[in-house]
Amino acid sequence: MASSFTRLISGRNKAILLAGLGAGTMATGFLLSESGSLSAEAKTKLYPPSSDYPDLRKHNNCMASALTPAIYAKLRDKVTPNNWTLDQSIQTGVDNPGHPFIKTVGCVAGDEESYEVFSDLFTPVIIDRHNGYDPKTMKHPTDLDASKITNGIFDENYVLSSRVRTGRSIRGLSLPPACSRAERREVERVVVTALAGLKGDLAGRYYSLGDMTEQEQQQLIDDHFLFDKPVSPLLTCAFMARDWPDARGIWHNNEKTFLIWINEEDHTRVISMEKGGNMKRVFERFCRGLKQVEHLIQERGWEFMWNENLGYILTCPSNLGTGLRAGVHVRLPKLSKDARFSKILDNLRLQKRGTGGVDTAATGDTFDISNNDRLGKSEVELVQLLVDGVNYLIDCEKKLEKGQDIKVPAPVPQFKK
Amino acid sequence: MPFGNTHNNFKLNYKVEEEYPDLSKHNNHMAKVLTKELYGKLRDKQTPSGYTLDDVIQTGVDNPGHPFIMTVGCVAGDEESYTVFKDLLDPVISDRHGGYKPDDKHKTDLNFENLKGGDDLDPNYVLSSRVRTGRSIKGFTLPPHNSRGERRIIERLSVEALTSLDGEFKGKYYPLKSMTDAEQEQLIADHFLFDKPVSPLLTCAGMARDWPDARGIWHNDNKTFLVWVNEEDHLRVISMQKGGNMREVFRRFCVGLTKIEEIFKKHNHGFMWNEHLGYILTCPSNLGTGLRGGVHVKLPKLSTHAKFEEILTRLRLQKRGTGGVDTASVGGVFDISNADRLGSSEVEQVQMVVDGVKLMVEMEKKLEKGEAIDSMIPAQK
Repeated sequence: MASSFTRLISGRNKAILLAGLGAGTMATGFLLSESGSLSAEAKTKLYPPSSDYPDLRKHNNCMASALTPAIYAKLRDKVTPNNWTLDQSIQTGVDNPGHPFIKTVGCVAGDEESYEVFSDLFTPVIIDRHNGYDPKTMKHPTDLDASKITNGIFDENYVLSSRVRTGRSIRGLSLPPACSRAERREVERVVVTALAGLKGDLAGRYYSLGDMTEQEQQQLIDDHFLFDKPVSPLLTCAFMARDWPDARGIWHNNEKTFLIWINEEDHTRVISMEKGGNMKRVFERFCRGLKQVEHLIQERGWEFMWNENLGYILTCPSNLGTGLRAGVHVRLPKLSKDARFSKILDNLRLQKRGTGGVDTAATGDTFDISNNDRLGKSEVELVQLLVDGVNYLIDCEKKLEKGQDIKVPAPVPQFKK
Repeated sequence: MPFGNTHNNFKLNYKVEEEYPDLSKHNNHMAKVLTKELYGKLRDKQTPSGYTLDDVIQTGVDNPGHPFIMTVGCVAGDEESYTVFKDLLDPVISDRHGGYKPDDKHKTDLNFENLKGGDDLDPNYVLSSRVRTGRSIKGFTLPPHNSRGERRIIERLSVEALTSLDGEFKGKYYPLKSMTDAEQEQLIADHFLFDKPVSPLLTCAGMARDWPDARGIWHNDNKTFLVWVNEEDHLRVISMQKGGNMREVFRRFCVGLTKIEEIFKKHNHGFMWNEHLGYILTCPSNLGTGLRGGVHVKLPKLSTHAKFEEILTRLRLQKRGTGGVDTASVGGVFDISNADRLGSSEVEQVQMVVDGVKLMVEMEKKLEKGEAIDSMIPAQK
């Protein structure tokens, strides 16, 4: 009957229900009035953080591991200077419980200040994701001097292509989860203006996603340059696909070896690539291009988001530091079938992916091999690690071809885990 | 988003043309109405709970629509959205609801005894009958905007109200996040289970956040009365059964709804309603009665007749496939329901379904005998 409901709500039991909600007596009037929606401020009083704490019991991501009820209570009502909130940062991790084998990050930054205002959450997430690197106590080295790379030209009987990518954010503008249309258009304007100043082998042109012709689109697809509206719920639940395709586009140089994505998952994604095994030249062009773009935006009073603890600031905590993924497509028919393959990769701090990129399977015996780490080691260190690692893998492959045995290398030293 | 969108004030630092969305390739009601001037006029406003113009229109910006199908392209985040943003929503409502004016009054009539007939639709043709609507609970914001805390209280209040029902309405609640495999199988077999929205019309409006927290399904033991909690609206209420007794379906619908509303009202959380817009729901297309009353009916001959579409239009009915909206018909069986929601009452809308379907079945029978139906074609209702 209606009686149990009545018992619960009427008379002195009002207080019991409200106590159950954790609301103060001041809020009594709000709950039981026939008035319309509460103001945002009234809501924060009536709904204590405990009533909003997400149910993370089935979740497996870095945010769910780090976000205790106490941390949530402390941070829920805070806002960054751009008025970005904790709930907005964690929405993607609440909506995507993750996979028992794959631990995703589960939170994003809406602006540079998110990492500071919500550091009680982001710091443990960063330590978890980046193998013990603690941004509160450690400094991240930045080094874009490509001349330091040694042995950076691979045997082209094995390495089919070489590529380095990173991201850069424009300081003062909100990141893709949070930005308004005007901010996003401003990012596009700032970057495209700067890129127009590149010369020589870096000279190129911009293709706006909304305005490109059918022909241009087809060419970009054939070149494997075109990016599309994100479909991954990891990104869409983080509000990154809003207003698509407004202010999104692709810039590339005439030689098709230097490419920039604008306003996809980050303000910019910068890619240097070419067929063959000359990783040294790919990295050299990468560093030169990045420095020139930085110089060009600085001329107009802009700069990249960067600080000495987190390195380059990007949307996803997994890309902090260098944001750098350097990799090759390499044929390893014998090594890939060896039982020790995974362990060798692990110890070299490398990861394998299929040739379609993240979450794809390898075709034939060709793998995408790249660095695992992003934060705590410089660009030069990570590219050198990749270079040394790939050379080691090719050496193993050659040994196996000759019927010789291979050794699992000692693990590369890490931060305290 | 739940605790105010104060990012909105920050956007005001930019000029209107810098923030105004590019709607040049869009075909939805919002895009037709929202000029740059109107955007400029409304962009600094927000409802008391912090819902802003950009929140209202995001789904319409992200989903340009289809040349043939006109979607609405905007949603309400709370009851006050319909007043604070009336300069946008009134023309959208007028467009969508046949010229309904800002000062028009909507009639609510849930007195099932006012329905004439409806108990004698031929079961050889009418396979099943169903009436659905939605309800929003006063004092809470709507699915695009509400917080986990609000959603959970909506669930708790709904469950208390529903589990207190008895007689033909005695039933049970199945929360989405804790139902057993067996329960899930049964709900799927009964065609009751709803799933996380995949349509970008809904996901871009923020309605799938925190899924499946505080979502669930309640149904009576007889499996003829069903309530969805926290899907696209606070509550979706459905009455259904096999065969053609629409009168009985509507009776149970009205009685059940009235009982539920009484319980909520007693505890100062009645349903959102006003005399201009009727029942307030998330999507402007569902204002008024929010009612879709319909049947699955076999019309293999009539559906291929040249005048089928015209007949439907004159009867103020619409057709869908048997899988619901945006599906095709199977074996000549169509889902036929009322087209109107706002400006006519529940009784009037169900009456149109009952009268219209009766007429179409008679037409079908005539066509089976090889006779013409031209004299039966009705005038525009």
